[in-house]
Amino acid sequence: MAKTYRKRVTSSYDQLAGVSDFVGQVCSDLKLDEWSTYAVRMAVDEACTNVIKYAYDERADGTILLFCCQKNDELVVTIRDHGRAFDPQAVPPPDLTGELLSRKEGGLGMFLMRQLMDRVSYRFHRTKGNVLTMTKRLRR
Amino acid sequence: MEIAEKRFKRVDLIAVNGRVDADTAALLQDSLKSHLEAGRFRLVLDLSEVSYISTAGLKVLLQTLKEVRRFNRGDLRLAGLQPRIKETFDLTGLTPLFKIYEQAIDAVGSY
Repeated sequence: MAKTYRKRVTSSYDQLAGVSDFVGQVCSDLKLDEWSTYAVRMAVDEACTNVIKYAYDERADGTILLFCCQKNDELVVTIRDHGRAFDPQAVPPPDLTGELLSRKEGGLGMFLMRQLMDRVSYRFHRTKGNVLTMTKRLRR
Repeated sequence: MEIAEKRFKRVDLIAVNGRVDADTAALLQDSLKSHLEAGRFRLVLDLSEVSYISTAGLKVLLQTLKEVRRFNRGDLRLAGLQPRIKETFDLTGLTPLFKIYEQAIDAVGSY
């Protein structure tokens, strides 16, 4: 049975550095290469930022639960929260080619999560709340 | 994250050190804003000591770029992007919007 790594943090931006350290440790244990490690850390950072910003409206009294485990040749990261139901996939994709003034500053986080991870999926669970699952193939 | 600032005659150099995420992006925004409020619109941001920048940080850079280029009054030029940071700029389509230099001194000299 593969080990599951768990971390619980409050919904506050000052927790993000600790979350990044946690993910870095998991990737190190699973011997991910440097680029994959950076990609997973960034995707999780963006996902947690979205949870704090949109699901909890930047209130710091919420909880974010992180679970990481290896399944076959993939790292599976699950992020759960009990904030407002928020489907990050509903965020429209950003314009990446327009002139400066036409560029919107929002929507880049979700776009990056999709670029950096192999799969991103979301569901709202009756008791578990928002459940975001991201997977990354292990390249070592 | 730490910020060090140096004022030249025509250019302000802002050197950032550490991690720019949703927690620290506000500090960077405050710093950049203070230059704009002082009427300083020719800026160089030295990112050579930045290990990570999230989209919260990119958003600050994009907002500032729009501000400084208004009325052709200035620019925000970047220097010293580490490979991972450069990759983030490429993925998000920001690279063509900024003038990017290897060294801060070159970015300062470009004005």
